Amino acid sequence: MRKRLAGQQRRQVIPIKLKGRTISRGCAKGEVLLSRDPISFLGSIDPKTGVVIEENHALEGKSIQGKVLVFPHGKGSTVGSYVMYQLKKNGVAPVAIVNMETEPIVAVGAIISEIPLVDMLERNPYEVLNNGDLVLVNGSKGYIELIKQETNKTEHD
Amino acid sequence: MYLTKEEEQILNGEAGETLRQAIEILVALGDIYGADRLIPIKSAQIAGVSYKTMGDAGLEWISDLQGRVKVPAILNPAGMDLQDWKRLGISPDFAEKQKLIIQAYEKLGIQCECTCTPYTLEGFDVGYGDHLAWSESSAVSYANSVLGARTNREGGPSALSAALLGKTANYGFHLDENRVPELSISVEYPLKGSDFGALGYVAGKIAGSKVPVFHLRNTPKTDELKALGAAMAASGAVALYHVEGVTPEICRVDFEAPTEKVTIERSQLDEVYECLNKACKEPELITIGCPHCSAAELEKAAELLEGKTVSKEFWIFTSRELAKRYPEYIRTIEKSGAKVVCDTCMVVSPATNRYSCVMVNSGKALAYVPGMCGAEAVYGSMEACVEEALGGTAKKAGDSN
Repeated sequence: MRKRLAGQQRRQVIPIKLKGRTISRGCAKGEVLLSRDPISFLGSIDPKTGVVIEENHALEGKSIQGKVLVFPHGKGSTVGSYVMYQLKKNGVAPVAIVNMETEPIVAVGAIISEIPLVDMLERNPYEVLNNGDLVLVNGSKGYIELIKQETNKTEHD
Repeated sequence: MYLTKEEEQILNGEAGETLRQAIEILVALGDIYGADRLIPIKSAQIAGVSYKTMGDAGLEWISDLQGRVKVPAILNPAGMDLQDWKRLGISPDFAEKQKLIIQAYEKLGIQCECTCTPYTLEGFDVGYGDHLAWSESSAVSYANSVLGARTNREGGPSALSAALLGKTANYGFHLDENRVPELSISVEYPLKGSDFGALGYVAGKIAGSKVPVFHLRNTPKTDELKALGAAMAASGAVALYHVEGVTPEICRVDFEAPTEKVTIERSQLDEVYECLNKACKEPELITIGCPHCSAAELEKAAELLEGKTVSKEFWIFTSRELAKRYPEYIRTIEKSGAKVVCDTCMVVSPATNRYSCVMVNSGKALAYVPGMCGAEAVYGSMEACVEEALGGTAKKAGDSN
């Protein structure tokens, strides 16, 4: 924490552990990628590359491969669950997911794809997490842990 | 959510990976919706069958599963007639993939009858108060509303999970408190036939996901209730409705009258029929059987077509079991040049995508054909559909009015 950002005192204490609700079991570590927009896995993400292709989406052009993907909730077609499975089989899925509140399409998709998923954290993830932070998601026990903060941030989010 | 010791063991993987994943899905959904426990189900009906909607993603998942269903389970319509797919011009590549999906389901012990009307089949009888895990929105609506059974609208994987475990999570429409009417809809003129599909198309948009109770002037037949529910589940997200004095639950349970009340005028239904006159083109394809035709509907189509010859493509969808049970209706219909197609429908088959204007007698198909098939959809009664198929006179008659 050499370059602490002004006015970000809440980031002083690490590691931060936040309790949430178990949706999909398993445990994984990765870099945070935040999306303010909901995600429809069918149509928004290329199942071959893991790149967000929905026009004007907050993550348009970015890859979700290997990330701890943080988004409010899913949207769109129920086929989205299967697209998550395809992403996993193609090796381009996120390693874990954190939602504000998961809906069934993403819940089912995460479970069949064995992607750990925790939602309803005790604090708003958008106030605690930044892109690039290293986070552990423990889906089995229902918590996330901030292991290392991204230090080269110039902007929150 | 409370789990029995046996369920805990399944969740810990002691009964194998497929069942572990299945119970994890049910538990996750139960937690999302506040279920207290898992409850036994009588049957399952599984969506996620057509290769058109599932794609390679779905095919891969289904193919990887192992296990055996614990309750009778059948499938939603596929993307083609499984026995005679060439007839509607399905490509061999599509047929190949579609067959792989069906085989993967068959391996799990699922009956490969593909229909949106499972309640018409042998072995799928549904009683009042039975708990089910059905997927297809019109079948869910029919089971909840017309039969008084209890099912949520399950997604493909959750219905399959329920079939593999013989259980579902106890939330939503399984619980008394979610079956109470929330919106009263009055219709102050008599309705018949396709009026019910048109009413459903209008009412679904008003009701959204609420439970409506209808006050009607006349008593609908079961096929008319089927059409009403199917349309409301497509233009809205209605999974349960009541009809005062008609449907079983409202006849047994003393519900309080909802405070929200609306009246649907005849002119609102007329607007649904009007789309035929406003269409850019004449219908090139006429389709009936969404949801799949019942025996009575096949009989009526056969009567209307007997001794006549169609001049346009005319497809009539039903389940394979009913087609087998009523060969005389099928012969009469086919003799006219119309095609009886099983296992699929105009919405989930890619065959429909070749046409730019499709005539339907279904409020559900009217809602889905534009988005799913990229075609304009127009609406008329079964009689008007037959007339259009025979000579294309429905639009001309409309023009002269």
